[in-house]
Amino acid sequence: MTDIPAPRHIPDRLDKPLSSAIFSWEALLVVVAVAIFAINSFASPYFLDPYSLSDLTFNFTEKGLIAFAMALLIISGEIDLSVAAIIALASTMMGMAVQAGAGTPALVAIGIVVGLGCGAFNGLLVTRLGLPSIVVTIGTMSLFRGIAFIILGDQAYKGYPESFAFFGQGYVWWVVSFELVLFLIAAVVYWFLLHRTSFGRRVFAIGNNPVAAQFSGVRVGRIKFILFCLTGLMSGIASVLITSRLGSTRPSIAQGYELEVITMVVLGGVSILGGAGSIVGVVLAAFIMGLVTFGLGLLNVPGIVMSIFIGLLLIIVIALPIVWRRLRGGR
Amino acid sequence: MKALLKYREIWLAAAIVVLIALISTRFPAFADPGNLRQVFNDTSILMILALGQMVVILTRSIDLSMASNLCFTGMMVAMLNAAHPAIPIPVLIVTALAVGLVLGAINGLLVWRLNIPSIVVTLGTLTIYRGATFVLSGGAWVNADKMSPEFIGFQRAAFLGIPVLSWIAILVIALFFILMTRTALGRSIYAIGVNPTASVYTGIDVGRTKFIVFCISGMIGGLAGYLWISRYVIASVEVANGYELNIIAACVIGGISIAGGIGSVGGAVLGALFLGIISNALPVINISPFWQMAISGSAIILAVVLNARGERQQGRIILRKVEAA
Repeated sequence: MTDIPAPRHIPDRLDKPLSSAIFSWEALLVVVAVAIFAINSFASPYFLDPYSLSDLTFNFTEKGLIAFAMALLIISGEIDLSVAAIIALASTMMGMAVQAGAGTPALVAIGIVVGLGCGAFNGLLVTRLGLPSIVVTIGTMSLFRGIAFIILGDQAYKGYPESFAFFGQGYVWWVVSFELVLFLIAAVVYWFLLHRTSFGRRVFAIGNNPVAAQFSGVRVGRIKFILFCLTGLMSGIASVLITSRLGSTRPSIAQGYELEVITMVVLGGVSILGGAGSIVGVVLAAFIMGLVTFGLGLLNVPGIVMSIFIGLLLIIVIALPIVWRRLRGGR
Repeated sequence: MKALLKYREIWLAAAIVVLIALISTRFPAFADPGNLRQVFNDTSILMILALGQMVVILTRSIDLSMASNLCFTGMMVAMLNAAHPAIPIPVLIVTALAVGLVLGAINGLLVWRLNIPSIVVTLGTLTIYRGATFVLSGGAWVNADKMSPEFIGFQRAAFLGIPVLSWIAILVIALFFILMTRTALGRSIYAIGVNPTASVYTGIDVGRTKFIVFCISGMIGGLAGYLWISRYVIASVEVANGYELNIIAACVIGGISIAGGIGSVGGAVLGALFLGIISNALPVINISPFWQMAISGSAIILAVVLNARGERQQGRIILRKVEAA
């Protein structure tokens, strides 16, 4: 091996020796996760309890669902800052439907369709007009949440049907929540999509070099459009879960989620510059963020202080391999 | 004339004049010089922040931590003032600039020394700085009655008929104009944004320039911290929550390319003014303030669509890797 580390994109993985697999990003995340788990179980006697461990999952499942689609989007070199605003808009639409007497199946359909529609709108603006996604989605972020504010004002929608509560509060088996099951299914689906299909290879190709991808016959615009639709779709699903869990809709719902989702993706080892990343990393990062916030919650640390730990974790984990490389004398 | 129309700033200025004209058809007093002076004053802080963000964006970086920096620094000077009312205001302002500088330097060092993309660094420090505000204040607020009259009154004092806050904004605009058009640093900032590799070969230290740029945006965040707290006379952890995206929006409307290299002081100022006029005009012409987000969101999208043609040749992959030395 030379001093220059191989870029972490997937096609290289086949040629990598075993040692690099052991010192991979995912391995680092596993170590971090185990360490935090151990600290948690020593710090609080209430941590190692099936019910409290089940509660823990609610800290990351909703954001994690969006993080899978966001990971693909960021790997392709784009970004979506409007995901939290999509949640707000979809939740508002569901609230309106409830006032009109809609039942649970209709509510779920509305949430998903509104999410998909918002994602398609972002995708059209980015791909058809060739605009930078960071700017487009800052705009649509204000636009989508603005519409929620126009409709709701300072009101809140309540009165969701009882059967609707299952999505955000229900358990599939003993203490295993519906949200966790959905998260795990989505993890497998996205893992397969990204790492085992030609679609996934094209996503990496676009992120590594969009021009080269275009010339090798990849329909860059169409794939990016699909990725924006996926992010919108996952935000719509997350909207159903959050609305169901809270049982109400306010225009400020899910405020600030976009940055937490992106933190999760970046912590999971997805390169913000595009072209590199894995779903396993994102799953681990989701667990880590859930463990950190839940563990600190058990210790009665206020939410805003938890964010210090998440921010530090992000920077330290990203900086660690770089510092390590420097210390070993490579540059 | 034809040459003039090429400038984005001219178009934006025209859009602002049309906007003011439209508003004054519904509410004639809006175009009154006294009211326009008020609008300028209300927009001063956003203008200052947009200028700080501009230099960062020009080098193909981004500073998401500005609003958190503002919150932390504002809380710090408010607490200083509450505990020691005797400290003169100029000392507090220097303190704010220094604290902001330190926070900016942390971002800059991480970007420069460890080569971590700025979006990741500032995403992390965004949450860290805001969390640190909570640790600093213990979650408590600093209210108006705990602040000294000088602390609150300084920026409201009129000088030549215009509040000090507006004068500070004018001073900052002038300084940035000189920086960007008359200094080697300004030229390096543009050069890095246009082509980082070529900049290295012309002898520009890309990493160090980025460090300086983050120091500048940090100092601006600190200055805005004092101005914000003394203007809205309440310091809490929630101050300017989510405001980082408004700052970036002002830059984007002002025609500053998020891909780096394109943008001007005039553009950033006009972009901030545009957003400021919208938020000032809505209540005046009887539109519910709930419409504000939707309207500014549409304005951002419209501005980007209009800007898109000019940027197309420049390569618009925002997060593209900068080939550093």
